[in-house]
Amino acid sequence: MTQHSNVLFRFAAPQAFYGLAGRLWPLFAALATALGVWGLWMGMFVAPADFQQGQAYRIIFVHVPASWMSMIIYLAMAFWALLGLTFNTRLSGMMNRALAPTGAMFAFLSLWTGALWGKPMWGTWWVWDARLTSELILFFLYLGFMGLTASIDDPRRADKAGGLLALVGAINVPVIYFSVRWWNTLHQGASVSVTQGSSMAQTMLWAMLLMALAFWLYAIAIALYRIRTLILEREKHTLWVEAELRPEGSS
Amino acid sequence: MIWNSASEFWAMGGYGLYVWGSFGVTALLMGGEVILAARRHRHIRESLQMQATTIDSDQDTAQDWQA
Repeated sequence: MTQHSNVLFRFAAPQAFYGLAGRLWPLFAALATALGVWGLWMGMFVAPADFQQGQAYRIIFVHVPASWMSMIIYLAMAFWALLGLTFNTRLSGMMNRALAPTGAMFAFLSLWTGALWGKPMWGTWWVWDARLTSELILFFLYLGFMGLTASIDDPRRADKAGGLLALVGAINVPVIYFSVRWWNTLHQGASVSVTQGSSMAQTMLWAMLLMALAFWLYAIAIALYRIRTLILEREKHTLWVEAELRPEGSS
Repeated sequence: MIWNSASEFWAMGGYGLYVWGSFGVTALLMGGEVILAARRHRHIRESLQMQATTIDSDQDTAQDWQA
């Protein structure tokens, strides 16, 4: 084994990862806050009104980042699920349980802010359009994952079942992403495209990308924070947790 | 600065309800998630600590945490 994979395997042990996550989450939280403040400033005070939508377009600064994160977190869960099912690593299942609530929250926020944007622009809170429906399915996949893993008592079995759901459900993510191209939808096409660049004004685009990055760092911070709680719970009978919990132990 | 007054900012060109409804709920859920996660971590720590000390005194072990 190379040195590199040794390092990876060392942190795949819950005990080592507990310490690493404890050092990393404050860093990600601080960066997320800084970029969030910067992004909000750009979005609310620097970016001009849209020539078509007036001020209503500013919903984009939370709608797009929340929607992207709802998809990215699900892909991350599918990745950890694949790793967990292949190598039987304990940490993968915990990682997915740490990620799922945040993913569910972002999926809900995507739908919520979308409804608040749809009402003034399309005249309706909701339509059964391919983009909206597939995002709703994503929200239910998150809830399903949380319900499934919570309902199975044996944590390793629960992780396996949840992992399968995360993997199978991942097929929905490209469906969401390409829905505006594959079907004729009320939802507009991508404002930012890897191949064609952006159709937005510079300041608007920067504000949106800053917010997206802030949400991403927030998701990493909260997942790292939450996985420490899960590790403590699951490893509570081990000597290292006992040592960790001694009164003089920190955080 | 693109706004002439605070009231103009809050009005959002007549779309205040939609814009602030989006930003408000986003802030509420993200803030709430942080509070819930912190509370849960504290709760788990405290209950595990409690269990550890009860087992310790029940078994009357000579283990000294302060040592």
